[in-house]
Amino acid sequence: MIYYVFMTILAFCCFLCLYRIYRGPTAPDRTVAVDIMGVLVVGFCALLALTSAQGFLMDIAIAWTLQSYVAVLALAKYLEGKKFNE
Amino acid sequence: MNELIGQILIIIGLAFDLFGCIGLIRLPDVYNRLQAAAKCVTLGTGGILLGIFVINGFTSLGIKALLAMVFVFLTSPTAAQALSRAAYISGIKPWEKSVDTGLEEELKHDAVA
Repeated sequence: MIYYVFMTILAFCCFLCLYRIYRGPTAPDRTVAVDIMGVLVVGFCALLALTSAQGFLMDIAIAWTLQSYVAVLALAKYLEGKKFNE
Repeated sequence: MNELIGQILIIIGLAFDLFGCIGLIRLPDVYNRLQAAAKCVTLGTGGILLGIFVINGFTSLGIKALLAMVFVFLTSPTAAQALSRAAYISGIKPWEKSVDTGLEEELKHDAVA
């Protein structure tokens, strides 16, 4: 089944991001890798929804997009040194 | 026929994802990594979701895939821009061969005004 090959490639991409989270010399490096891994997981959830024919996995993908966006914006505010109410 | 076109779109998206992650590993500083990875992975995941929409058509799963693609295209570049600005303000120096973007003068002007 060709979709399992696709999912293996995406899992390999996630491992590359994990390498950058482990090695990254500064905090913004790690935050970039977390952001990229969130977008990769959205694609992984979509492929999983296609192969397993479970519709709720696509809902998880949409929710993961928005949650990853809010998390990265909060981390960016923290790195700028601002309070969250500005 | 729809399934074949969808699989070709998914393969193109996977190639963009893989090259973006290789850029995340190989490039020299935060700004280069952010530029390569954010652009490639946004287009790659958008390609995967568009392929799933083409395979499924206007069913529940296909419409949700289209909606997720719209959200990815809206949120990912915004997060990347906020993150690069935060990295510059928090004091990460660009790579020594980078071109000056003039953000420093703009931030000084903002602080004065």
